[in-house]
Amino acid sequence: MFLETLFMFVKVFAVGGGICVVAQLLINYTKITAGKILVYFLLAGVLLQAVGVYQYLVDFAGAGATVPICGFGYLLADGAIKGAKESLFKAITGGITSAAMGITAAIVFGYIFSLIFKSKSKKN
Amino acid sequence: MKTSNDCLNQNYLEYVKQIAPKTKQKRSILHAFWVGGVICCIGQSFRFLLEGVFNLSGDELSSYVSMIMVFLGAFLTGLGIYDRIGKYAGGGSIVPITGFANSVVSPAMEFKTEGYIYGTAAKMFVVAGPIIVFGIASSVLVGILYFIGYRIF
Amino acid sequence: MKRTIFFKNKPKIIGTSSIAGPKESNGSLKEFIETKLSDDMYGEKTFEKAESRMLFTAIKNSIINSKKTAKDVDAIISGDLLNQIIASTFSARNFPCGYLGVYNACATFTEALTLGATLIDGGYLDTVVCATSSHFSSAERQYRYPLELGCTRPPQSQWTVTGAGASVLSMQGNGPKIISATIGKVVDFGVTDANNMGAAMASAAADTIFNHLNDCGFSSDEYDLIVTGDLGTLGSRIVKDLLWEKGFDVEKQHVDCGELIYNICEDEYQGGSGAGCSSVVFNSYLYQRLREKKLNKILLVATGALLSSVSSQQGESIPGIAHAVAVEC
Repeated sequence: MFLETLFMFVKVFAVGGGICVVAQLLINYTKITAGKILVYFLLAGVLLQAVGVYQYLVDFAGAGATVPICGFGYLLADGAIKGAKESLFKAITGGITSAAMGITAAIVFGYIFSLIFKSKSKKN
Repeated sequence: MKTSNDCLNQNYLEYVKQIAPKTKQKRSILHAFWVGGVICCIGQSFRFLLEGVFNLSGDELSSYVSMIMVFLGAFLTGLGIYDRIGKYAGGGSIVPITGFANSVVSPAMEFKTEGYIYGTAAKMFVVAGPIIVFGIASSVLVGILYFIGYRIF
Repeated sequence: MKRTIFFKNKPKIIGTSSIAGPKESNGSLKEFIETKLSDDMYGEKTFEKAESRMLFTAIKNSIINSKKTAKDVDAIISGDLLNQIIASTFSARNFPCGYLGVYNACATFTEALTLGATLIDGGYLDTVVCATSSHFSSAERQYRYPLELGCTRPPQSQWTVTGAGASVLSMQGNGPKIISATIGKVVDFGVTDANNMGAAMASAAADTIFNHLNDCGFSSDEYDLIVTGDLGTLGSRIVKDLLWEKGFDVEKQHVDCGELIYNICEDEYQGGSGAGCSSVVFNSYLYQRLREKKLNKILLVATGALLSSVSSQQGESIPGIAHAVAVEC
C-alpha cells in the first residue's frame, strides 16, 4: 500500500513535471507568450481526449495529468463526449458542466482575493 | 508610407540575435520540472485525501481537486508569492491549474484601482479569457462531432 | 538638412532635483539622489498618482534648488510614459506657470531640454523647467503584464526606473551651459521584440551621435562622456559596434544611464529603462560632476522606443528615437 502510493507520486511527479518542461521548452526556444502557451496546452488536452488518448495518461498519472491546464481541456472534452451519447443538448453543455467547478472557483476566489489583496510593487 | 516590412534590416536583426543573451536553458528546464512536479504531487495528495476521507471518485473528485488547486493559486497570488514562484519556475508554474488561477487573480487585483465593476470584474479575464473561450468552443465542437458520430455509426 | 542647433546664448542649467524609488535609491548612485523614497507608493493610492507626485516633488525641489519661486518660472516642459502623459499633466496643475507636454518615450528628457534651451536662447522665455518621470509599476501594467502574474522575464529585458528628475534652465545664474542639441530621427531596423528595446533604440542612438559629431566636426574625444539614456548592456554594445562601423570609436567615452543606475548584482537583466532613467542620472550624478568640474563636456543622448501595447500586438516593429544635448561646465 505504502509502496503503491509512493510509486503513484513518482508517476505524478514525472508526468506533471514533464508537461511543464514542454512548456518551458516552448518559452525558451520560441517567442510564444505565456497566455498563448496556456491556450495551446488546453487545446492539446481537448484534442488528445477527443481522439481518446488522454484518458490513458489520466489513468496512469492521476493529478500529474489533470492538474496541468491540458487536464482542464481533458475535462471539457470528456464531458462533451459523455454528453454526446445522450442528447444534443448534453453534447453542447457537457463540456462546461464538467469544467464548471474550475471556472466557478477561479471567478469566485479571484474576485474575493482581489478584494482582499492589493498588487505589490517588486524589486526584482 | 513605410510599413514595418520596409524597415526590416535583416543583417541588423541577425547581428542582434547573435549577441543577445541566452536564457539559461538547462537550469530553467530543471526548475520547471521540479516545481511543476511538486504542484502536481500536491494535487495528487488532495486526490488521495478526498478519495480516502470523503469517498469521492470520478468527475466529482477531480472537480474538488481543481477547486482546491485554484484556491491555492489564487491565495498565493494574493499574498504576492505566486509571481516569485513564476519567476523561478517559468513553465513549471504557468501550466498547472494554479497558474490559471494566477492569471485570473493578478489582473483583477491590478485593476482594482479602476473600480470593482469595470476594473476588477471586467479585467479579470484579460489573460485567462482566451482559455475559457477556446476551451468551451472546442468542447462544443467535440460534443457535436461525437453526437453526429454516435447517430451515424 | 539641419539636425543640430548651436545655441548662441548658451542657456544654463541653474538647478536640478532628482527623486527615486527604493530600488534605485539603493543602487550605485545612491549618494547623488536628492529625495530617496522608501515606498514607491509615495503615500498615494495608485501607482499613477505616486508617479505624478514624484514628478511634482522633483519640479518643486528643482525650483527651490535654483533659488527661484514658481512665479519666476515661465513654462514647464515635461513628459512621462503613461497614456496621454497623465503623470506630467496632473503634476503641472499644481503650478501657476505655462505647461508644454512632450512625449518621445524614454527620449523625452533631452527633447524637453532641447525645446527649453531653444525657447530661452531665442529670448522668448527666461526660465523653463524640463522634467520627466517613470514608474516601474505603472509602466509594467500599461506595457506588459499585471505585477502579480507569474511569468518569466527574458534575459534581454530591462527594468523601468521608478523616479523623476527636473532641470531648471535660465539665462541668469550659474551652472553648466547647454551648447548644442541634435534632433533625433525616427530609425526603425525592424526589431519586433518588445522585450528587446535596447536593440530597437541602439540604431537611433548611433544615428544621432554620428550626425552630432559630424555636424560639429568633432571626434569622439571632444567629450568626456557620451551618455546614452537607457540602452542597457546589450544596446550599449550595439551602439558602440554601429558607431565603430561608421568610423567613430566611442568605447572610452560611452556610458549608459541604464547600466549606471542599478548595482551590477541586482536582477534587472540589461539595466534600467524608462523616461525617468536618463533624467534621474543626469539630474543627480552627472549634474553634480559637471558643477564640481570633474566633467567638462558631456553629450547626453536619451533614447526612446516608440511602441505602444497596441502597436506591438498588431505586429508592428519598434521605431527608435534619440535626441542629443551637449552640456559644458
